[in-house]
Amino acid sequence: MLEILLDATVRAGTPILFATLGAIINERAGIINLGIEGLMLIGALAGFAGTYVSGSLLIGVLAAFVMGFLAGAIHAFITVQLRGNQIVSGLALTMFGIGMSALFGKEMVGLTIEGFERVAIPGLSMLPVIGKSFFNQDLLIYFSFVLVALIWLFFYRTRWGLAVRTLGENPAAADTCGVPVNRYRFLAVTIGSGIVGIGGAYLSLASTPMWIENMTAGRGWIAVALVIFAGWSSPRALLGAYLFGGITAMQLRFQAMGTTISAHILQMLPYTFTILVLVISTIRLAKGASQQPESLGQPYDREDRK
Amino acid sequence: MKLITERREISSPLIRFAAPIISIAIALFIAGFLLLANGVSPLEAYREILVESLGSMYGLSETLVKTTPLIFAGLGVSLAFRMQIWNIGAEGQIYIGAMAASGVALFSGIGNHWLMMIAMFGAAFLCGGLWAGVAGFLRARWSVNEVIVTLLMNYIAILWVDYLVYGPWKDPQGFNFPLTAQFTDAARLSEYFDTRLHSGFFLAIFCALLLYLFMERTIWGYEIKVIGSNPKAAQYAGMRTGLAIFFVLFLSGAIAGIAGFSEVAGLQHRLQHGISPGYGYTAIIIAWLAKRSAIGVVIVSFLMGILLVGGDSLQLLWQLPVAFVYAFQGLILFFLLASDFFILNRFKLVRSERHA
Repeated sequence: MLEILLDATVRAGTPILFATLGAIINERAGIINLGIEGLMLIGALAGFAGTYVSGSLLIGVLAAFVMGFLAGAIHAFITVQLRGNQIVSGLALTMFGIGMSALFGKEMVGLTIEGFERVAIPGLSMLPVIGKSFFNQDLLIYFSFVLVALIWLFFYRTRWGLAVRTLGENPAAADTCGVPVNRYRFLAVTIGSGIVGIGGAYLSLASTPMWIENMTAGRGWIAVALVIFAGWSSPRALLGAYLFGGITAMQLRFQAMGTTISAHILQMLPYTFTILVLVISTIRLAKGASQQPESLGQPYDREDRK
Repeated sequence: MKLITERREISSPLIRFAAPIISIAIALFIAGFLLLANGVSPLEAYREILVESLGSMYGLSETLVKTTPLIFAGLGVSLAFRMQIWNIGAEGQIYIGAMAASGVALFSGIGNHWLMMIAMFGAAFLCGGLWAGVAGFLRARWSVNEVIVTLLMNYIAILWVDYLVYGPWKDPQGFNFPLTAQFTDAARLSEYFDTRLHSGFFLAIFCALLLYLFMERTIWGYEIKVIGSNPKAAQYAGMRTGLAIFFVLFLSGAIAGIAGFSEVAGLQHRLQHGISPGYGYTAIIIAWLAKRSAIGVVIVSFLMGILLVGGDSLQLLWQLPVAFVYAFQGLILFFLLASDFFILNRFKLVRSERHA
């Protein structure tokens, strides 16, 4: 029972984990990205279409990354180069993503592909309780583990990571040190958006190997909230995503067990829970539990430097 | 020679006026390629949109029917914008307003038309307001991000209405469709000219005027504007920022809630699944396009009404998904944001400096 629940937790949490990681990279560089929901949809469609056309899951994942990257480039150009309003640009990106994926996904509805299959890691998958749920999973889930570690290493153990973090804290200081602010911010937004795209692709390539219009159902927004819960750190994003995945798994379990509680009420749980988590983590934030990037949401113009 | 940008000292009124129009034109142009990619001739599609929405009395009335909830929701969102508060939850507030009004219509048993209207209106206003007020309270008390809270509450509101119409409020004679019983005549707004145009439209115009007066002629409106443009100064002047945040989000949600009342009392005459096809999201664009003016909201709502009526007919004619309208709205917003840059900056050719 616990194993099944844990397994469902990891599988439900993974798309949100990718999305949260992508959003963290955006916000670390000082750019708010509210387009996560739209980017996930674009990634989901690109991943499915890429796999359907080529027959290769790898091509699908790459397509999701590239399309996420390109769509993110719109947001990056508007917010970084043109210094436009980040909130409105992000909302526009979400609308754009919902619309474009519906428009171009019309012909993909009802088609099926071979999705990702489980690959057991020898040894580790034999561990009691957690073995099956964490190490008898598909390759994308293993990739998400690697990504969590890589992002942490990047931000805290490399020069570039330090530079990107400085962009979020004090872009003027970074500029003075010779960091190309706009170029790095642009890259952070686009690469982050690409990773969000992979999160969308997890839905259409692993969770349910098909394309359904609007199949993200608000997961992108949950990811935006989890960034604050995670305190802009990738290991905590893993925790947050699985916490959310756990709620979803429990809700599905309840439904499968045939409770008398309405399915509609059960479906509210993840959203209600996310709001609750957001409130608690915001209060903790105010008490100094973690630090929001100082210049988050503020455009940078060298002419304004004091 | 090198191309650089520099700030304009003052932006010319001509560019300010032309920028949104050019933005929409470019968005139309790009959307044309999207249509082409889906095998639809853009010129035919745009002609179809105009003919369907403005070409006949019936078309025009349908456009006004769609304009009505957009005005309410747009006013609500733009009111919050004035204070730099982001109410992305108009969609949910419409659902909650519709639910509250329907609850009164179905279960209060009031027979008098005017009394019923006032009760339904009041319920929608109050519930829509309180729904947004949750985000307002969280923002004012602990500075919880209101964008995320209002947005996530949309999902909860829509699921809640679904729960009601699939469950306890379902019409026993409704052949198992997700809708409530029809309202009595007392709970319906009057309709005009043998069309679906209802009093809700005039109420919306009246509401826009009222909001205009509120913002420009009262001390509260003044405070909201000051807090929006300079919160520090407002605090030094002794304005109660926290209370104002709650109040503005409450009022913002309440006005969006009226859209729900107007939809069920004027148009649907019952509560049902999917009563708002995204009016609350379109309202965000409306508020942004209209910048700061209540009158602007009315005009832009009408333009978006044209787009929605046209979008419906594109769906019927060419099986384009309704969400196409979203893609188009996203494009408009992108180009509007980009145009702001050209309002504030200009290009200049300069001789590149030689390093000695």
